Parts: sequence; C-alpha cells; structure tokens
Amino acid sequence: MRHLDEYRDPVAIRSVLDRIDGALAGPATLMEVCGGQTHAILKFGLDQLLPERLRLIHGPGCPVCVTPLEQIDRALAIAAAPDVTFCSFGDMLRVPGSTGDLLLAKARGADVRIVYSPMDAVAIARREPDRRVVFFAVGFETTAPANAMAALTAAREGLGNFSMLVSHVLVPPALKALLGAEDCQIDGLLAPGHVCVVTGQRDYEDLSARFHIPIVVTGFEPLDLLSGVLAAVTQLARGEAGVENQYARVALPDGNAAAMRTVREVFDVCDRKWRGLGEIPASGFGFAPAFAHLDAERVFGVSELRVEEPDDCPSGLVLQGRLLPTACPHFGKRCTPDHPLGAPMVSVEGACAAYFHYGREAVAAEEACA
Amino acid sequence: MKPDGLESMAAGLACPLPIEEDSIVQLAHGGGGRKTAHLVDSLFLPAFASPALDQLGDGAVFDVGGQRLAFSTDSFVVQPVFFPGGNIGSLAVHGTVNDLAMCGAEPLALSAGFVLEEGFSMDDLRRIVAAMAAASAEAGVPIVTGDTKVVNRGRGDGIYVNTSGIGRVRDGIQVGPDRARPGDAVLVSGPVGDHGIAVMAARSGLEFHTTLLSDSACVLPLVRALLDAAPATRTLRDPTRGGLATALCEIAISSGVGVSLDEDAIPVRREVRAACELLGFDPLYVACEGRFLAVVPAADCEQVLAALRALPDGDAARRIGEITDGTPGRVVLRTGLGSHRRLERLSGEQLPRIC
Repeated sequence: MRHLDEYRDPVAIRSVLDRIDGALAGPATLMEVCGGQTHAILKFGLDQLLPERLRLIHGPGCPVCVTPLEQIDRALAIAAAPDVTFCSFGDMLRVPGSTGDLLLAKARGADVRIVYSPMDAVAIARREPDRRVVFFAVGFETTAPANAMAALTAAREGLGNFSMLVSHVLVPPALKALLGAEDCQIDGLLAPGHVCVVTGQRDYEDLSARFHIPIVVTGFEPLDLLSGVLAAVTQLARGEAGVENQYARVALPDGNAAAMRTVREVFDVCDRKWRGLGEIPASGFGFAPAFAHLDAERVFGVSELRVEEPDDCPSGLVLQGRLLPTACPHFGKRCTPDHPLGAPMVSVEGACAAYFHYGREAVAAEEACA
Repeated sequence: MKPDGLESMAAGLACPLPIEEDSIVQLAHGGGGRKTAHLVDSLFLPAFASPALDQLGDGAVFDVGGQRLAFSTDSFVVQPVFFPGGNIGSLAVHGTVNDLAMCGAEPLALSAGFVLEEGFSMDDLRRIVAAMAAASAEAGVPIVTGDTKVVNRGRGDGIYVNTSGIGRVRDGIQVGPDRARPGDAVLVSGPVGDHGIAVMAARSGLEFHTTLLSDSACVLPLVRALLDAAPATRTLRDPTRGGLATALCEIAISSGVGVSLDEDAIPVRREVRAACELLGFDPLYVACEGRFLAVVPAADCEQVLAALRALPDGDAARRIGEITDGTPGRVVLRTGLGSHRRLERLSGEQLPRIC
C-alpha cells in the first residue's frame, strides 16, 4: 500500500537499526510522547529489535488516558440527563468513571452514540432539534481544530440544542512538568508528530533549549519511529540538543496556521486537571467567553462536580514513564481490558492496553525467569 | 524502577472493582470476545450442561442410532440489513451451513425463524427471502421448517433471522476445537476481514466508500475438497465475530497448545488494510462470513492447499502458521520485521479511535 509499505520495509528498518546501534554511545532513555507511537512500537515489536542499552519509556500522550475521572463522571451525569444525545469518539466509551462507563450508561438507557467526527454531532443536532446533543471534545492539539470548527458551525447556525463537554489538553506544558522533575531520567524525546502538524515545533524548541535535550518530531510508522530514535541518539552522541523534524512529509515547522487561528478563535488556554498528573497550569483549552453558551459543563450545571482520583491505579506513574505497565502490581490481574482500573488499560492509545494486548506481560515473565 | 509506596499500596488493596458492570447485559456480551466467552462459561454452560454442548464447537455433534449428527443454530441481527455482497437472508443461510461444515458435516436441512417489526417493508422482506432461497439452493440444503413473529413498531430492528440446521458428519472425519496438535499446519481459506469492513462501510455515519464486497458465502465446496484431501483434519473454524485472532485463541485454549503465525502470510486485501488503518482496527479481529481456518497434519498441508486452490473461491488459501508446544492458549504472531507479538481474544467490540 502506498504511503505505508515503504515505512514498514524490513530492509530499510534493519539498516536504521544498525545505524542506531552504531550511533549509540552509551545507555540512553528516550520517551515517545504519543500513545499512538507507543502502540506502534509494541505492535511492530520495535522494542525487541532495538539495542538493549536503549530504553524507550512511554509518555503522557494518550488523550483518553489523561482525561480526569471527574470529567468522565460529568460525561456520565450529562448522558443520563433527559433528552440528551451524548456523542463521543469510540474509545472514550470504555473509560471507567466512578460508577461505570459510557457503554454501561448506554446499556442502562442513555442515548450514547459513537461518532467519527465532531461535525457528525453537529449534524445530529441539526437533524434532531428535540434532542439536547452533547459532543465529548477530548484530545490534544490534534483534535482541537475539528472541535473548534464544530463549535463555530453550531454557533453560526444558532443550534441551541448543541453543546460540547471540553476536555482538551496541551502537550508542551505536560512535557515541561515531566522534564522539570528533579529525578527526570529522560535523555531525549520523540515529539508527537500529529500534534506538531497542527501546532508546529516552536514550543518544542523552547523545551529543548531549556532542558538541553534532543527532541525529534516523529511519525507513527516503524521507519518513522526508528528514524526518530536514530536522530535523537546521534544528537546525544555528539552532545547536541536541538529540535529535528523526522516527520517533515506531514509536519511543517510552523504547523497549520489556519487550523490554529480557528482554535484560538474558539478556545482560550486554561488550567487543566490531568488524570494521574494533577492540575497543570495553562495546560488545556476551554471555551473562550464568546462561546461559553456551548459549554456543556455550564449548560448542565456539572462544573462543580469534583472527584478525587482513586489511589489504587498508578496510571499517573505510567503516564510519566516512571512505571512500566508490566511492573504495576495490578497489571493483568485486577486490571485487564475487561475490568480496567484506569484508562491506560482501555484506551486504544493507552500504554497498559498496548502491553496487555500485545502480550508483553508474557515476554516480561519469561525474561524474569531467564 | 519501582516507585515508593507502590508495594504497600498493592498490599492494602483487597476489595474488588466497585463497578457492577455485569448486572445488566451489554453489547460486548454478544461481541464474540472475552465477555461473550465469560457469559457462556458462567451462565449457559452450567445451566445447560451436556456432553454435546461442552464440545463448544461451531455446532454440537452427537450420535443418533449409530449415525453422527451435527446440529447448529445462529441468529442474525446485522445492520444494515442489505450490505455490499449480501443481505441478512443470505448471511443467515451461509452462517448455519458453514457452522455445520465446520463440524465436518454434510448439512441436511435448515429451519428459518423470522422476527419482523411492524412496518418493515414487504419488498425488502421479499428480497431477503429470495436471497435465502438462492443461498439454500446453491448450498443444496433445503429450508424445511420455519416460524414468523411480528413485534410492535419500535420493539425490533426491522428484521431478525434465526437459522438452525442439522447435518450428517462425514464418515471417518473427526474435527473439533480441541484436536490441534503441535506440528500441525494452520491454514486460512482466503483473505480475512472483508465482511466486517464491507458492513461497516455500509453503515450510516461512516463516510468512507469502498467497492469491497462482503465475503459472505457457503464454504461447503471448499470444505469438501479439504476433507477429501486430508481426512485427518483436526480442526475447522469460521472466524466470524472476533475474527481470525479470536478464533485461533479459542483453538489454542481448547487444544492446550500454542499457535505461531506468520503475519506476512495472512492474506488481507488492500482495501481492508486501508480501512483498518483509518479506523484503528486490526484486520485480524475483523469478522469474516465466508472463510474458514483449518488445522491439518503438516504432511497433508501442500495437498490441501492444492485442492483448495483448484476451486474458484480457494485461490487465496494460504498456510499462515503452525501449532506449537509453546505456552498453552498463547497465539504469537511473527511480524514482517522479525519481532513477535501476542494475539489475544477480542475484548468487547473494536471501537474507532480518537485520532
């Protein structure tokens, strides 16, 4: 398949692996930021192919995972309200809240619908004026433009029955928190390619300069990921620290200006609570005052709903790359995709789900025995 | 790296998950994955315990007057009712005929039960029944009894169809999910995932278009050729809900063996791969309705493949892996890059991802 097979070519991949081995001066720890990258690494078994002295740890870039429990509870409360049609991307439906997940709410009678685009939710609101249609706007900078476009469209058309439960988070503030930690072990970052398609790489240049580490804007295919690793370890070997763009076929240095204009028109930067990481200042998007009437938290009066994260799921440590999913005492025991303790076990991009799905607990057990 | 407090935290956690998610039926209970298996194991099997049921094949096999019979039933609730390459009627006939074929049986007769919703189009019903008649004639299996119920408007989903069937197990053939042995070859009869993706593309709300047709088809001619070529065939399974991966996991669990698969050998059409890439699905978990998996003694493999490839629908049949003496129940995929990953049974439904 064009635009795919060439990034999965075993010969090219072997050649990059050899170059990584040659370039790697000593032990190094790289963090791939995005959950999509984590899944690709585990799906293709890239971690098995890399030299042992190179450690990949998994970052916070799974939007489903970092959505705080109280936001799921707000979603559940709204979905259960009369006349509500609650629209969401599929992989939010299985994320556990305090009293269940959205799939269970659906089984109990709530009108919960999977949509593939926020514009689908706008279309439902247009088509079904008697329903109060709510879209669960979750995601990093990647999904913000489409969500902003949905809000703009609803506002322009005066759709009084449409609102959005916004839970947008931003990558750079979270990275700043991780890199600023005293015991930070990260030697280099593979930055999330699709986020950078929207935002560009300027924020990452600031991070790289401030913390003096290599950051490589990286894609999601095996060859992308390994090329990102090669660029990072080459910088490390040379003692350099800058931003490189491995994903230049898609991501431009300044991002997508039109998309960011739309985002800034609809959203303001705000403080956000992250599941497992706590509140991070200026780390998310919320509606700008002109769009406050679309804010489902206000429309349904749920903004005061506060819930503490349960302390039995160490997902915060997993999301910071401080705990390997297989090192969690609950992994594969109390916590499985059927009975998740936390979001990383159910999200398509969650690190725990990747380790479980691709059988890494078995690999880990065998290594422990060996 | 073990952060402070983690071990003590683990020690203090005895109470189970507070969410009573199994107090009501959820869609995933019918998804064909682990939740379905749990429902069957914890509710149906204990309640209906019988030696024939405990085989857990695609149908039950039992003796009647010295004759081994196979009996199978399946209900069809597909939406949309009409999809590229078939409709609920042809699917219902193929489904039960194929389940009987997976028991190594020659189907003898089918029943057809209809649950219709008040207001359903009579024209649509005619088209569905015509498709059933055509599928039944093509398979050479008559529909000999039936039932019709109509429910109030709003209490159904247009139409549900149930088919049941009986068949006679071929002499000398003994297949079952628990019969795979280390060293056996694992075959698939054609490309996987066509049905699931064709139906999904036909669903409203998903704006992608494909010329892909469902693989819904009667597999009897292929199975006959296979059993003629390899009467010692161990296991047959059609990878419907949960797809190829889930079906192989079930074989591995039932037989207490490992399975090693070669990713590059598994046939997946370009369109299916592309749609799966877009949606974040794994084609190995997408349903087929006209394919089957076979576990055969390795020595018979080439002969079987030659027999299958001689038939019009069998030209894409491939050897995709082998049964191993590895960890029982574990299915391991060798990727094209030389790494390995495990295949699990599907958990719930595959859900499209955020980005």
